[in-house]
Amino acid sequence: MPQKSFSWMIGGPQGGGINTSAELLAKVLSRGGYQVFGNIEYNSNIKGKHSYYRLRIAVEPVRSHLEEIHLLVALEDETLFGDLYHEWPAHRGHIHEVAEGGGILFQEGTQGIEERLNGRRVHLFPIPYSKFVEAALTAVGKGSQAHEYRIMNNTAALGAAIGVMGYDIDRVAAVIKEGFKGKASKVGEMNANCAHLAYDYARKHFAGKLEFSLPPAPAKPRKQIMIKGTQAVGIAKLKAGCGIQTYYPISPATDESVYLEGQQSAYKLVVLQTEDEVAAIDAAVMAAHGGVRASTSTSGPGFALMPEGLGFAAITEAPGPVIHVYQRGGPSTGLPTRQEQGDLRFALYAGQGDIPRIVMAPGDLNECFYDTFDAFNYADRYQVPVIVLVDKFLSGLYASLPPFDMSGLTIDRGALFDPKANGNGRYMRYRFTESGISPRSIPGQEGGMFWSTTDEHDQVGHISEAIGNRLVMMRKRMGKMDLAAREIPDEKKFTFSGNPKAPVSVVAWGSTKGAILDALARLDPEQQNYNFLQLRIFQPFPVEAVQRLLGSAGKIITLECNYSAQLAGVLREQTGIKVHHRVVKYDGRPFSEDEVVAALEKATADGGEEIVIADGRVIGPDYGRQQVDEMVELRKKNAKMNVPIVPLPPGYNR
Amino acid sequence: MATTPTKVEFKIKDYKADIHNDWCPGCGDFGILTALQMALVKLQIPSHRVAVVSGIGCSGKTPHYMQTYAFHTLHGRVMPSVTGLKLANPSLTVIGVGGDGDAYGIGAGHFVNGGRRNLDITYIVFNNDVYALTKGQGSPTIAQGTKTKSMAEESIMQALNPVALALVCGYTFVARGYALDVKTLTDLIAQGIRHRGSTLIDVLQTCPTYNDLHTKPWYEGKKPGQNGISPLYRLDQTDYDPRVQDPANRREVSQKKTQAILKSEEDERLPLGIFYQCEIPTYEDYLEKKGHIDRAHPLAEREDIFHRDVTPLLDALT
Repeated sequence: MPQKSFSWMIGGPQGGGINTSAELLAKVLSRGGYQVFGNIEYNSNIKGKHSYYRLRIAVEPVRSHLEEIHLLVALEDETLFGDLYHEWPAHRGHIHEVAEGGGILFQEGTQGIEERLNGRRVHLFPIPYSKFVEAALTAVGKGSQAHEYRIMNNTAALGAAIGVMGYDIDRVAAVIKEGFKGKASKVGEMNANCAHLAYDYARKHFAGKLEFSLPPAPAKPRKQIMIKGTQAVGIAKLKAGCGIQTYYPISPATDESVYLEGQQSAYKLVVLQTEDEVAAIDAAVMAAHGGVRASTSTSGPGFALMPEGLGFAAITEAPGPVIHVYQRGGPSTGLPTRQEQGDLRFALYAGQGDIPRIVMAPGDLNECFYDTFDAFNYADRYQVPVIVLVDKFLSGLYASLPPFDMSGLTIDRGALFDPKANGNGRYMRYRFTESGISPRSIPGQEGGMFWSTTDEHDQVGHISEAIGNRLVMMRKRMGKMDLAAREIPDEKKFTFSGNPKAPVSVVAWGSTKGAILDALARLDPEQQNYNFLQLRIFQPFPVEAVQRLLGSAGKIITLECNYSAQLAGVLREQTGIKVHHRVVKYDGRPFSEDEVVAALEKATADGGEEIVIADGRVIGPDYGRQQVDEMVELRKKNAKMNVPIVPLPPGYNR
Repeated sequence: MATTPTKVEFKIKDYKADIHNDWCPGCGDFGILTALQMALVKLQIPSHRVAVVSGIGCSGKTPHYMQTYAFHTLHGRVMPSVTGLKLANPSLTVIGVGGDGDAYGIGAGHFVNGGRRNLDITYIVFNNDVYALTKGQGSPTIAQGTKTKSMAEESIMQALNPVALALVCGYTFVARGYALDVKTLTDLIAQGIRHRGSTLIDVLQTCPTYNDLHTKPWYEGKKPGQNGISPLYRLDQTDYDPRVQDPANRREVSQKKTQAILKSEEDERLPLGIFYQCEIPTYEDYLEKKGHIDRAHPLAEREDIFHRDVTPLLDALT
């Protein structure tokens, strides 16, 4: 069956190696010239709970996932049948997501799949995973330890999947071996052998059975990288000259700081793990005052501790810090590992008083890189904190890209005090200037001493409660936002694509960008009916440009991952424009291409001011309750299932 | 750090800001401010190589009275602030100042973890048992069962022991001073600044406006019933030895820490001076050893980090 992209999923218990298998396959295919888009769903849990990793593989760019699966690889029963262990089950498994003509690869001997398929034409590929693990171990004299090495089932599953899909197993084996260097190379050989054996078995029994196939590989693969959001941000910080990164561990932001920790000695960088997010932001504010580009990364609950520090940065006119907020499901601890874009209003308004701040919202991996780089320039130039809103989906999505082009990147450190040029003049840190920007002195310099305070202060930096001074200082600080509004070009503030005269305008922000672009390419390949405005900087807000672009729009649809349609509200506040349809999704999962298509079709057909999306479709108010009830029923029918056991690393006995 | 006077000799005026001081007349803070300035004179550190970082409250205004780099930050956040600045430029002499509520109340978590880090910084806590700028509520160091005239009722919480807390947190120079004995306090602060590692100097300080219990006459033993005997005495006038000779000797470290904690529990008469001192590698030492920083080229002065080649990182992702 010819199809544009191939949709692959591996599911298993957390800690069972699905990341390794999926990312390995993604890397192999990316090197083979494919465009690969991967994303993972996981619980806030270390071992045992169900997680799954999706890959979408194509020749044309892919920026989102599909609802349907062409090949499902199940490491255990829960991936197939769902959570049948809890009184209120968490999910129903993935059998129902497999497309007609698709296939399921699973542990040989598993019963009950046909029953769930209900007559749908899905091909079954039972694989004796442990047999290949045992054979690979036997080859190196460890045959008796097969039970201990069940963790290797993921390798057998990957090998078998390659066999079913009909891709080159030698490429896979080569990448497996890359992961095991030096002394561990024997383990690499063993894993590669295991994958080979499973591959051979799958070819022998199931070659050509799957009705979907990978699209033909491009003849001349271009050079590309496979990168995650946290890595794109981390590398941008290094490129921008960041000297100090502070953080307190929190999902899903931590991976960025951990990545940077690994680069400290090579790139002369300090990553400071603090006692809490209060300390994280304050240390970063003072590092910025100290003359270093400084940043911190957190998620909603951590950012909840930071508004105090934002005010500190703002009133002392620190050059930064840059604060990445990886949004996740809220409020409070909420959904620690799930998607939400629920902190837009929080980022815009956090803190008491009027706080000048720049708020950015990159929408894809490239923007994660370039916006992060720019954030440090804005921090230095305008002496304000810069918030970069990212989210769980962006943090963990793993996609192929051409390497970032660094040629246009320049560092702007803003106005600096120059002791040589100052002569005998008195240096004043908060000197009134035309632009509102006072040249900053870096501590340690002779002649550049200054005072600074979180109290309102005079030009010297001493406390002042005088009316005249207060008026000037408020205008000075807040006026910097007008300056930023004038200086930052429109192409950094938003992207606009499609026909400007199209009857429907889709407005969105952040990581929904990919699914929207993919959906529009499907719905409107000639780019006649839709245009798409992606807001990338919310503060300073591009008021006139947005009014110009949306002023004559026939129908405006916003689309975002939160309950209250925060973007629609901010849009109205900033521009007076009222949107016609607010598409929201607050189920803790990112939009798929299909969900965007469903939402836009609904909006353009019979409408409805609010359209709620979940589980791949437009839903009504009773949907959630029905799901809860259905899953309880499902569990009753299948009550005999065993609780999944995650294999421990070799050497441990349960 | 210039420890010996060269041509230019820095005098106390070089560290004094030309600004009106709005502390209450007779405030113990004046003694601490003068001692800090005199300690810098003693050490002859150029004023532009010093940063004084404060929290909020009366003590928070200290940086404004200093002629150094001066940061009046947030309530309780002295330690994170000092940490960020010191890491940006470890060649600066960074001195934190704050009140007892700031350090041991709202900033307690930072105080604890600051000790664990052992950066080469000095933290001077102005300890007067009350939150003075908000008109005298009891602070974490007010004794259980006592009540100042500013409090509505006596405190029913136990008092925190700052010296013992600092010891278990890992501060490597732990001392107690008295604000109105400027000469001794000057020596103590100078030693604290000279110490390589995190220094805590808890300074007993009078608040003439709100604390009518621990007043100047009380500290001098001139209140009725005190018989002219001051409740303070100096450790350096006893045979107490606070210094760890061999930091690698786990037994000695433990013994010196234990004796310091016991000393800090004395409440008949209050010991002043150094309770504990141990020179072990600082946070910066470890960072340098790992290659993360190079103190000869502080991050704040490095140009090369703006020209990083990140292509190896991208190549690793192909």
